[in-house]
Amino acid sequence: MIAFTLNGARVEVEAPPFAPLSDTLRERLGLTGTKVGCEAGDCGACTVLLDGAQACACLVPTAQVEGAAVTTIEAEDPLLNRLRTAFLAHGAAQCGICTPGMIMAAADLLRRDPTPTRETVQDAIGGVLCRCTGYRKIIDAILDAAPALTAMPPAGEAVGAGVARLDGWPKVAGTERFGADGAPEDALWLRVVRSPHARARFTLGDLAAARCRLGLRRILSAADIPGENAFGIMPNLKDQPALADGEVRFRGEAVLLLVGTRASVEAVRDADLPIAWEPLPALHGIAAALAPDAPQLHAHAPGNVLVRGFLETGDVAAGHAGAATTAEGSFRTPFVEHAYIEPEAGHAEGHPDRIEVVACTQAPYMDREETARVVGAPEEFVVIRPSACGGGFGGKLDVSIQPLLAVAVRLAAQRVRITYSRTESMASTTKRHPAELRARMSADADGRFTAFELDGDFNTGAYASWGPTVANRVPVHASGPYRVPHVRNRTRAVYTNDTPAGAFRGFGVPQAAIATETLVDDLAERLGLDRWEIRRRNAIGHGDVTPSGQVLHASAGLPQCLDALKPDWEVMLGRVAAHNARATRHRLGAGIACMWYGCGNTSMSNPSRMRVVLGRDGTLTLFNGAVDIGQGSTTVIAQICADALGLPLAAFRFVLGDTSLTFDAGKTSASRQTFVSGRAAYEAGLDLRRRILALANAGEDATLALAGTRLTVTDAAGASRTIELAALPGDLEGDGRYDPPTTALDANGQGTPYATYGFAAQIALVRVDTHLGTVKAEEIVAAQDVGRAVNPTLVIGQIHGGIAQGLGLALMEEFIPGRTENLHDYLIPTAGDVPPIRVHLIEDPEPEGPFGAKGVGEPALVPTAPAILSAIRHATGVRITRVPVLPHRLWEALHVR
Amino acid sequence: MIAYHRPRSLQDALAIRATQDVAVIAGGTDVYPAHAGRRAWGDPTHKDVLDITAIPGLDRIEEGVGGWRIGCLVTWSALRHASLPPLFDGLKAAAREVGGTQVQNRGTIVGNLCTASPAGDGIPNLLALDAVVDVASARGRRVLPLGAFLSGYRATALAPDEIVTALLVSRQPRARGGFVKLGARRYLVISIAMAAGVVATDDADRITEARVAVGACSAVARRLPDLEDALRGAALREAAEVPEAAHLDALSPIDDVRASAAYRRDAALTLLRDLLRGLSA
Repeated sequence: MIAFTLNGARVEVEAPPFAPLSDTLRERLGLTGTKVGCEAGDCGACTVLLDGAQACACLVPTAQVEGAAVTTIEAEDPLLNRLRTAFLAHGAAQCGICTPGMIMAAADLLRRDPTPTRETVQDAIGGVLCRCTGYRKIIDAILDAAPALTAMPPAGEAVGAGVARLDGWPKVAGTERFGADGAPEDALWLRVVRSPHARARFTLGDLAAARCRLGLRRILSAADIPGENAFGIMPNLKDQPALADGEVRFRGEAVLLLVGTRASVEAVRDADLPIAWEPLPALHGIAAALAPDAPQLHAHAPGNVLVRGFLETGDVAAGHAGAATTAEGSFRTPFVEHAYIEPEAGHAEGHPDRIEVVACTQAPYMDREETARVVGAPEEFVVIRPSACGGGFGGKLDVSIQPLLAVAVRLAAQRVRITYSRTESMASTTKRHPAELRARMSADADGRFTAFELDGDFNTGAYASWGPTVANRVPVHASGPYRVPHVRNRTRAVYTNDTPAGAFRGFGVPQAAIATETLVDDLAERLGLDRWEIRRRNAIGHGDVTPSGQVLHASAGLPQCLDALKPDWEVMLGRVAAHNARATRHRLGAGIACMWYGCGNTSMSNPSRMRVVLGRDGTLTLFNGAVDIGQGSTTVIAQICADALGLPLAAFRFVLGDTSLTFDAGKTSASRQTFVSGRAAYEAGLDLRRRILALANAGEDATLALAGTRLTVTDAAGASRTIELAALPGDLEGDGRYDPPTTALDANGQGTPYATYGFAAQIALVRVDTHLGTVKAEEIVAAQDVGRAVNPTLVIGQIHGGIAQGLGLALMEEFIPGRTENLHDYLIPTAGDVPPIRVHLIEDPEPEGPFGAKGVGEPALVPTAPAILSAIRHATGVRITRVPVLPHRLWEALHVR
Repeated sequence: MIAYHRPRSLQDALAIRATQDVAVIAGGTDVYPAHAGRRAWGDPTHKDVLDITAIPGLDRIEEGVGGWRIGCLVTWSALRHASLPPLFDGLKAAAREVGGTQVQNRGTIVGNLCTASPAGDGIPNLLALDAVVDVASARGRRVLPLGAFLSGYRATALAPDEIVTALLVSRQPRARGGFVKLGARRYLVISIAMAAGVVATDDADRITEARVAVGACSAVARRLPDLEDALRGAALREAAEVPEAAHLDALSPIDDVRASAAYRRDAALTLLRDLLRGLSA
């Protein structure tokens, strides 16, 4: 028995002394507010106060808290309450998984130093990673001694209000239920046994004997899968087995599923299992997979080419031939890990008529379809209940744990749970596609672009996942947000024996932008044009035609974005010139880049449906199937619905993302929820409003007021009528559906792939130590056309977070299978790496969008890396063709001939 | 089941150490990550554990006539906030750079030494301080110079029955220490390379004694005797001009995910110059 003081009260707990305190708090004391992100002190999500000093609870043996005082996020404390309010007010909690750790680290600082500086705050939270916010809003929140929340807006004024996220309080209080929280106490545990080999055949011995020897409930293999042992994103391409069947194609692939008590599954050494491996030569990287003698990894993919993408318009050869100058180059980008702080986790429960799976996900309906196939049951038999999602960024679009949980429930136990370790998450789930890009771009003597062409190969890893999406999205976007008359883009997604690559914020567009924007800088340099000027001269705008032949009739605000940045750009250039005139070693550089990004699926139907119900009991409920992974869709969609309906935002209650209760809102990806689901919520709100107005026989300009079960409708002349909801025969419902209008792309990539596009430009100021090759971002200014900022606080939060991820892509992130499978070898930006960010919100309304809004989530990431590369080049003259720009790579470019 | 011992006296701890194969744990900041890494690839086993944190008296920094005794439970944070002369400024700088605040609050300087990672931020500083390792076992006590204690890549001369109880640093008049660390991000970063140094000067600000060490550029952090010789007698304000590439011949950096060997060698030279510039400021 270990006795200590927990949040002011004495507790005694029976726990293994070597069990980390994080585990004891969560599993034995029920305090799941302390999160576990890495079990290695790399992420700080489990930060608690131990005798008043911040500590990673995952590094503290429970034995060591004997007699100590432990304070967790669940504590009642005025300082914690101030921080909770401040985090909400500043948008400092997005997904919320790092929030408890952040707040505890901040509390540690503020108890010692009530008036900290920005620097001391950074030092204090430097040990807690956040993947959503870019840290700046967290620092603002911690510095805010008297935070105040934006008042809830009155009816009709929700859109445009920077209200705190409506689902925020549980995130700051530590009561939010993420995938690893809230599993039934009697659930059995699952553990996946994974391949240590990138490519191998294997045979299984006597699993029944092993099960007995190891005291497990079951050992499940491919032979046990009740349905089809296959999942995948593409409707016609289910190429990934839930459990490998005799052959593995990447290191980390699932081979066996152990089911048993926690102690029994955790005690199993993989070496004690009857698996006989026959390693085979593995294909690492694109070149190996495309080699003429390379073994074919999948029967359906000759030459290991999964899919090709193509777009052609005009005559690209003529466009180059007639140009004043042509730039070309080859570029490389690596695997990038999503590094959400919440590893995949969930639990499942069997019922006679259904299996309920609770899991962190971005796509509950797709999960249901994939899970049902694997368990061999009708889709209705599977219910997906999304837990809170501790970051996704595309990495939780594919299923991971969901089919395994369901299979285990079907075959082995009524209740099961699973939590991936950090390394397991990194080794087995999807990544950003590594890209190898060759591109040429030409301009006339005035700097007007005449031609662009790109050949891009994307390493999709062992399985298809979102490879086709990347291969199709890149050709549309690769020439950048510019008027280019002659374009030809060719892409391939290539199978290898590397970790599967899938969806990651931008679907290949961030990689392509690195190539394109570098060529734009080349052309500017050759023509003696300012880098802002050449972009402004070519910026696509209203009435222009895209390379796919689409006319941008509306909401094309790149020119406005660039104009907004012009004064900042001039100041930045001046600062660089003044500094560099007297500096040799530490050079400043300013860089610029632009982007465009189609919202929603490429040339594919991606509908969303929303339902809003005004009950006879006076409750107003939005049934919202969109999963809020931290970006704020729960709040934004409600703001839209509120104003469409005409009742105040505060009146809403929510039923969120449950496949048995909400309609399919599609997946949280492709920057589509504000635009597509927002529009569906707008239609649902309007629909309910029409019903109310019809009941009251009132005109369209009437106002609504709800008090208890009394709904008062007042027309413009002031005449009002009150409806007693309880007296109605049933609830009042509004139903809204929206599917953005797109067309298929023809063989030359011509058509309308997206209903609308986001546009943005960013400028970056960097400081380069030319002796050490290190780069420090000093400032980033962003201008982004968001159509309409439904919630400016949340929109700016998305832009900050995208910039932080773009900075990581540029400077430090490189996933190497088998080598950087943890958060100390794989680096993401810390609180000290993200510079001050300023944002110009440009609102060029999108007529298709709700109140003019369109997507913002992915676009912010796209221009950051190329802007930083442009700045490094400005500082040093080094033209970067490979990211990340690790210090040794820049040093080699600077010093090695 | 992993046996867990948490004795309340050094004598009891040494008795356990003498008879059982145990992993010693103090701050836990290296033990748990290593365990998690093995577990992730199918090895959940762990040695029995000897937790030495309940032993009284080991968490103190004691100043005596001849110098300082840094107990084996002294954390980075405790060291950083201790009242110590400029001699320790390098070690204190390292205390601000190891991991994040959470790790600094729990991790110990002795633990960093015993892990003996080539990238351990404490080790070049301890080399520069010419620290001596105080080792106890049921057989008795011995002291080892740091150079003898560090025997190779993640290896030390500590016998299976021994525990490091303290680091001893002798008084060094007019000496000051410094430390510079190079990583690919601001916090929570494993060093690509680092340099630590202690210099003593005379009334004319000439260097009378110099000890300089580089980490993460060889299997074990190394002192650079040639450079130390070259620095002796130099004016401190010109010391940054003394290091040359040839002084780094003792290093044997490698290519890894963090950097190339060639870069490390060059960066180490830059860091040494920066270190000496900092010491003269």
